Amino acid sequence: MQRIGVFVCWCGSNIAGTVDVHAVAEALKTEPGVVFSTDYQYMCSQAGQNIIKDAIRDYRLTGVVVCSCSPRMHEVTFRKTASQAGLNPYMVEIANIREQCSWVHKDVPTGTEKAIILGRAAVAKVNLNAPLTPGESLVIKRALVIGGGIAGIQTALDIADAGFPVDIVEKQPTIGGKMAQLDKTFPTLDCAACILTPKMVDAAQNENIRILSYSEVEKVGGFVGNFEVTIRKKARYVKEDICTGCGACVEKCPMKKVPNEFNLGMDNRRAVYIPFAQAVPKVATIDPNYCNMLKNGKCGLCARVCTAGAIDYTQKDELITEKYGAIVVATGYNPISLDKFDEFAYNQSKDVISSLEFERLTNAAGPTAGKLVRPSDGKHPHTIVFVQCVGSRCDACAEKGKEYCSKICCMYTAKHAMLTRDKYPDTEVYVFYIDVRTPGKNFDEFYRRAVEEYGVHYVKGMVGKVSPEGDTLKVQASDLISGKQLHIDADLVVLAAAIEPDASARPLATMLTASMDTNDFFTEAHPKLRPVESPTAGVFLSGACQGPKDIPETVSQAGAAASKVIGLLVKDKLTTNPCVAQSNELMCNGCSSCELVCPYGAITYIDKEFRMPDRSIQIRRVAQVNPAVCQGCGACTVACPSGAMDLNGFKSEQIIAEVDAICR
Amino acid sequence: MQKVTAKTLSGKAASLLNAGEVKYVLGWKKGEFDYDITPALFESAEELEKDFVWNDFSCANLSKYLIKYTRSLSGKILVFLKPCDTFSFNQLLTEHRIDRQKVYAVGVPCSGMADEKKIRENADGITAISETEEGYLVHTLYSDAPAFISKEEALLEKCLSCKGWAHIALDEQIEGEVFAPSADRFDQVKALENMTPDERYHFWQNELSRCIRCNACRDVCPACTCEKCVFDNPNSGVENKAAANSFEEKMFHIIRAFHVAGRCTDCGECSRVCPQKIPLHLLNRKFINDIDSFYGEYQAGLDEGSRAPLVDYDTGDLEPSQVFDWRDGQNA
Amino acid sequence: MPVNGYKPLIVAFCCNWCSYAGADLAGNNRLNYPADVKIIRVPCSCRVNPMFVLRAFQRGADGVIICGCHPGDCHYTSGNYFTRRRMALLFSMLDYLGIERERTRVEWVSAAEGAKFAATMNDFAETVASLGENKRLEDLRCKK
Repeated sequence: MQRIGVFVCWCGSNIAGTVDVHAVAEALKTEPGVVFSTDYQYMCSQAGQNIIKDAIRDYRLTGVVVCSCSPRMHEVTFRKTASQAGLNPYMVEIANIREQCSWVHKDVPTGTEKAIILGRAAVAKVNLNAPLTPGESLVIKRALVIGGGIAGIQTALDIADAGFPVDIVEKQPTIGGKMAQLDKTFPTLDCAACILTPKMVDAAQNENIRILSYSEVEKVGGFVGNFEVTIRKKARYVKEDICTGCGACVEKCPMKKVPNEFNLGMDNRRAVYIPFAQAVPKVATIDPNYCNMLKNGKCGLCARVCTAGAIDYTQKDELITEKYGAIVVATGYNPISLDKFDEFAYNQSKDVISSLEFERLTNAAGPTAGKLVRPSDGKHPHTIVFVQCVGSRCDACAEKGKEYCSKICCMYTAKHAMLTRDKYPDTEVYVFYIDVRTPGKNFDEFYRRAVEEYGVHYVKGMVGKVSPEGDTLKVQASDLISGKQLHIDADLVVLAAAIEPDASARPLATMLTASMDTNDFFTEAHPKLRPVESPTAGVFLSGACQGPKDIPETVSQAGAAASKVIGLLVKDKLTTNPCVAQSNELMCNGCSSCELVCPYGAITYIDKEFRMPDRSIQIRRVAQVNPAVCQGCGACTVACPSGAMDLNGFKSEQIIAEVDAICR
Repeated sequence: MQKVTAKTLSGKAASLLNAGEVKYVLGWKKGEFDYDITPALFESAEELEKDFVWNDFSCANLSKYLIKYTRSLSGKILVFLKPCDTFSFNQLLTEHRIDRQKVYAVGVPCSGMADEKKIRENADGITAISETEEGYLVHTLYSDAPAFISKEEALLEKCLSCKGWAHIALDEQIEGEVFAPSADRFDQVKALENMTPDERYHFWQNELSRCIRCNACRDVCPACTCEKCVFDNPNSGVENKAAANSFEEKMFHIIRAFHVAGRCTDCGECSRVCPQKIPLHLLNRKFINDIDSFYGEYQAGLDEGSRAPLVDYDTGDLEPSQVFDWRDGQNA
Repeated sequence: MPVNGYKPLIVAFCCNWCSYAGADLAGNNRLNYPADVKIIRVPCSCRVNPMFVLRAFQRGADGVIICGCHPGDCHYTSGNYFTRRRMALLFSMLDYLGIERERTRVEWVSAAEGAKFAATMNDFAETVASLGENKRLEDLRCKK
């Protein structure tokens, strides 16, 4: 029999205002196993905790029930208290008589009656509690960063600087991500490449960083401190360690009509290519969809011109399995497809472009060498219309757009408008907006400069329709402030497309057992207090995979994620949650039901010998739980027909005892 | 009367025994009465010759016995399986309950089994039953002339809606005609679903109140193979050997049906052995019908290694709040 | 919430990560719901064994509600998907046995849905109260 102490907290008047705390303490005194019961103003205070510690010693308590606020608030506190007094911390149960009683009920008799019942249930549970000891698991001192954009690069650099090896997995042939495609960055207008490419080089040269470009995560197993990840290194048909990036193969490749994804298809590349001059690793890649040699064995020019002998048409995908202590997700974003936005004639006219396409058109390394021209005829545009919130903040059009604000569009549109007016003073630039959102350091000043110094026409209102007519684009829009319909003959229309998580994020989340919101952005462990951790231990979030973000925010989040990773990797061992499943091998049927429902692969089977009543030996297949992998959900306990599987801390008999105590 | 004779089966078994291919034979032998044919283990051709029985009363599904015997006996065991029994056999293989290496499974074509309870309803003091082509001649203490019951009248409940499929996953199959299915096995389930809740409640109260908690349904069930049943385990919170009141039986039968849901092959043994004639298969069939209609058709034991519906899910599954409206719509 | 003077006894199983936190939020926001609802904390809705539900009914509960994270948001990825199947089948079976279908419910309540938690409990308590005492499933031996 347990010797249980009951401690009823007033929480000032938070509980005592609706619950007669003395009556609760008195009533619980008569519960089976209870040897001590008291109440106090603030149990969580030092004095309150001392009452608990003294009682544990004086009454030789084996179990503690604290009737107080939610266990989500102070369970940890009271467990520590018990532990300091020499009691196993898992012998403490909390009856939630604040959030789930005093705060939701009005009158004292009702509140008191319910508080007694909740206390009774906690006493009934503690009577069946058993001391639990957390296990330990080793921490593999290596991190994996998935995604090699600015978020992934920054996270990897910060982790590497702390002395831990990091692998960056990037599905493209080069790291750099979206930022590599940008021209200038707001609000300072520094050139994106000038600030990004040195970081890319740093990453490549850092001896703690290994870049696995043109690779994708295939499988994730394990748990915090000890993930096992299988990475598919796609065949690039070029030996990465030999290729010097000289580009001779690219020059000679006869297949010249491959849409260049780096320039969003606005120009062409070869079948063998290096995405851009500053690519890291600067290694050629052969596109198997276009290479004649790979498709029908006819060509082989690149192999002939490659003096290093780096071309290898027989290369196969390679699977790399590596262990990691922590994983950072930095899968970033993409602009949404504009195919469904017929009202803006995106598919009808070449001169209706997305903002990222505009970014390439104005980039010195872009398809036009930075000269802003109309994609259709190469002429200089005089009237340019920017449309904001294309697919963002959609509500009625949810099936083609997004409900959320994409956050970065207001600022980059201001940047585009300003730069256009700066470089081409002969242009008329219109920006149509729902709201202009500029919350950020020097953001509003930047926007006001666009309006006041550069004379950009900001019009509050949405563009209703863009119709191509001959050379011009007829833009029909409403000006909400003057209440007029506007008709503008534009030469170029730029759509600020909403951004969405990369398509690879959803399957990745499933592999990582990390949760996502309805928009496929990764969910953080706590929106305010744990913004860079996912709810899955050991998985961290960096950059736009968690929500729309600009570069400064991404970089600061990347650093924060890195510091969390470092905080994990400096530990040699982790204590594991002892509230895990446990199989009673004497009752186990070995039927695999538990294994099939376990989301973590924590259950394995082993043949064991059993001595039967007739002294014969029988060999049976029984389940075993890896306590370091089990997260304690309990799915297996219900799948198990014999009840051989039980969950420490939430044993079936404990829950049934609670049910009985409540229904008594 | 079975189309394949007992001689064919016992001869097959005897030759395998004599050849040393198998060491034991799991079959049937006569119990106290002619209608009481029980599972039996044979070790020699002589024993087979003397006791082996194969007739319309060889209803017992032998697959469950393999769990015990493959563990306790060393040497290969020949087992005779009717088509419907093979589903149970496969399901047990799926659940790793039987060591396949130790089993020599022989498929037996079945012409439909007789329900001793239906025969005994019409005849007291049965001394002997002889089979004819059309049915059964029942000899009793009270009459010189035997009473006749046709095969159709005496057909076992489960045979009315025989799965009628071919044997699966066997070492050997004895050729012969297989009984053809007739009735829809979910008719009664649907009839119950279409009753009012009060009618259903009274139906089940009437049925389940007869339960004497003899555990025969559990003990015969080839899906109920737990090393220790929750109802025998004092720590499970539901241990209760005797029926204390009407709820105890409901608890027992709901939990039992739930524990085998998705794993039950609808072999009908529970209802066959119930001494109180409770239509227990209607509970199992309810789950089977629900599973089929909510999550797609699934036959336990059809594919060895298939994933049972309750250890599986689909992100678009029906919500518990939707099932009633959804099913009422289906039945309407 | 007494309806016709009847105060039901309701057992609510809440998963630790979403619904229990949702219930806490209802408390933080002082959103009232009937004291008839007593919450039992479980790590995940998939920890709720049908046996617990039946046990509650056996011991005199008038209604049982299971709350978990929204499908797709389970802290353990897939727990609530199993809950959904298990409870759909269990509730369907209880209905088949003639037990009022309104006495059982599964509701997905996120940690942010304090208001939904309170509204759900108000609605469920009222529904169960209107059904009155749970005569069909109670165990007379165990009743006071």
